Amino acid sequence: MSNAAAAQSAAGPAGGPPPTARRKPSPGRRLARALTPLLWIGPAVGLIVFVVLWPVVVMIQTSFQKVSSYGEIKGSNGWKNFTNLFDELAFRGVVERTIVWVVAVVVLTMLISLALAQLFNQRFPGRKVARWALIAPWAASVLMTAIVFKWMLHTGYGLINVLLHDVGLLDDLNSIAADPLGKSSTAMPWLIFVAIFVSLPFTTYTILAGLSTIPGEVYEAARVDGSGKWHTYRTITLPLLRPALTVATLINVMNVFNSFPIIWAMTHGQPGYTTTTTTVFMYILKGKDLGESAAMSVVNFALVVIIVGLFLKLSRWKAEVD
Amino acid sequence: MATLTAETHVVTARPAKNGHGRPGWKTVVLAVSAYVIAFLFIFPYLDMFVTSLRPQDELQSTSILPHHYSWSSYSTLWKTGLGTNLKITLMVAGGATVLVLLVATPAAYFTARRKFRGRLAFLLLVLITQMFQPTAMLVGIYREFLNFHLLNSVWALILVNAGFNMAFAIWILNAYFSSIPRELEEAAMVEGTGRLGALFRVTLPLAAPGVVTALVFTFIAAWNEFIVALTLMQTPDKQPLTVAINGFIGAYNIEWQHLFAASVIATIPVIVLFALIERKVVSGLTAGSIK
Repeated sequence: MSNAAAAQSAAGPAGGPPPTARRKPSPGRRLARALTPLLWIGPAVGLIVFVVLWPVVVMIQTSFQKVSSYGEIKGSNGWKNFTNLFDELAFRGVVERTIVWVVAVVVLTMLISLALAQLFNQRFPGRKVARWALIAPWAASVLMTAIVFKWMLHTGYGLINVLLHDVGLLDDLNSIAADPLGKSSTAMPWLIFVAIFVSLPFTTYTILAGLSTIPGEVYEAARVDGSGKWHTYRTITLPLLRPALTVATLINVMNVFNSFPIIWAMTHGQPGYTTTTTTVFMYILKGKDLGESAAMSVVNFALVVIIVGLFLKLSRWKAEVD
Repeated sequence: MATLTAETHVVTARPAKNGHGRPGWKTVVLAVSAYVIAFLFIFPYLDMFVTSLRPQDELQSTSILPHHYSWSSYSTLWKTGLGTNLKITLMVAGGATVLVLLVATPAAYFTARRKFRGRLAFLLLVLITQMFQPTAMLVGIYREFLNFHLLNSVWALILVNAGFNMAFAIWILNAYFSSIPRELEEAAMVEGTGRLGALFRVTLPLAAPGVVTALVFTFIAAWNEFIVALTLMQTPDKQPLTVAINGFIGAYNIEWQHLFAASVIATIPVIVLFALIERKVVSGLTAGSIK
C-alpha cells in the first residue's frame, strides 16, 4: 500500500515540473506510469510464477533426467523416462481406466446435478436447511469422505454392508461379497460413486447459480405460449444454462482427472493396478523412479493443457472479461 | 450483485400454488424428496460422528447405533499429539488466507478499475492457474521446494495453497469491485481522500461480502489440502490434520474411533464455516466463473 503511495508521489515529483514539460510526460513519468500496474498485480504474478509456473519447468526438466532412487540427478536420460513409462505393463490399462473414470464420473455428476438443482430451486418449507445439508461433502475434505466410505464398506461391520444385510441384499457379512473394495469388479464402481458424491454439491450449486440468472419473465412468457414443462426446460432452461454447464463440466473434468485422495484412501490403486488412474500411477512411480514419475506428470499435464485450451476456445472468455 | 436480485426475482415470480392454505401435495412430495436427499448427503458424516463415540468393544458390532456412547476417543486423541497437527493446519490455512487477501485484493481491484497493457494476459494467466491443480505438477513442486530447502516447512504449504487458490479469489473480488460504481469512489476522492483512502473507506467495505466469500473458500481449500502436504511434510510434527489422519490408516491396527474423532475435528469447522457463507455461494459462483 505504501509502495503504491510512493509510486504516485514519484509520478508527480514535489515542486512540479515546469509548465512546458507538462504537455509531454517526462521519461521518468512515463516509466512510472508503465510500472504502476506492476505494483498492483506484481505480487500476484510473482506468486503464480513461483508456485505454478516454476514447478512446471522443473517437472519437464526432471522428466528428461536420470534420477537415482535417493533423488540425486545422474545426468540426462533423453527420452528414456518416457519409453520406460510407455513400456510399463500396467500403462495401457491405467490410461484406459482414467478415461472411463473421468467420463463416467463427470457425465453422471452433470445429469444428477441437473435434477438436484431443479429440485432445490423449488420453493418448499425447510429449503434452507436442506441446502445446508447438500454442501456437506463440498466443505468436508475429500479425504475424510473417502475414509468414511471405506469404513462403511468394511467387511463384517461396515454400515453399508450392515444395511444391505438387514434388507437381505447381502447374505454373509464376512464373505468376499462384503468386501467390495477388495475386488476389482466392485471397487471401481464404488470409487466412481464416491467421486460423484463429492462432485455433486459444487455442480448443483453452479447450476443453481445459472438458474438464478434466468429472469422469471422468460418462464412467464413460455407459460403464456402454452409451452409444456418439459418442453420449456429443453428449449429455454437448458440453452440458457449453457455457460454454467460448460464451467461446471470443465472444473469437474479437472478435479476428477487430478483426483487422488479418494482412490488413495480407499484402495491405494489396488488390487493389482485395477483401480489406478494416471494421477495415482504418477504417485506410485514417485516412490520408484522420480524421472519416470515426472514423465507421467508431463503426459498428465499435456492432457490438462489440451482440455484448458479447448475450454478457452469454447467459452470465449475474452469477451467476458473485457 | 445483480445476480442476487435476479435470484430473489425468480423466487417471487413463481409463488407457491396454495399461497394461504395448507401446502399442496406437490409441495409435500418436493419437500420430502429434498429432505431424503439432504439426509443422504450428511449420512457419511453422521456415521463418522457416531463411530467416534462408539466404545472400543462396540466397534465391530453390527448394530446401526451403539448401545453406549463414549467421548473417551476425543480425550485420548490429544495424547497422540494431534494438537500439533491441528496447529499446523491452522497455520497453513490461516497463512494462505492472509496471503491471498494481500495479493489478490490489489490485483482484482486494479484489473476491475483500469485498462492497462498486459491486463488480458494477466487475466488469462489467472484463468489458467485456476484450471491447474498442484496434483498435476507434484513432482515439480517437490523438486522446487527441495532445491529451496523448504521441504517440511509450513511456509511451503502456505505458498502452494495461496498460489493455487488465489485465482478464484481474484475472480470473485474482480466481479465485486466491477459492480461498485466508480462515482462513489470519485466522490470520496473529491472530498480529499486519495485513491487509497477511497479504496479503504468506500470500496472495500462495499465489497466485504465478496472478500469474506473469497477468504472462506481459500481457508477451506487450504484446510482440506492433502496431496501436497503428504509429499512435502515429512515428519509427524509438521504434518497437518489430513496427513496425520491418513497416517492412522497406514497403521498396523487401524484405530477407527480415534481416526474418526480426528476426522470430526477436521470436518465440523469447515462445514459450519461453509454453511455461514452458503447464501453467498450462488452469487459468488455466478460472479466468479459464469457471469
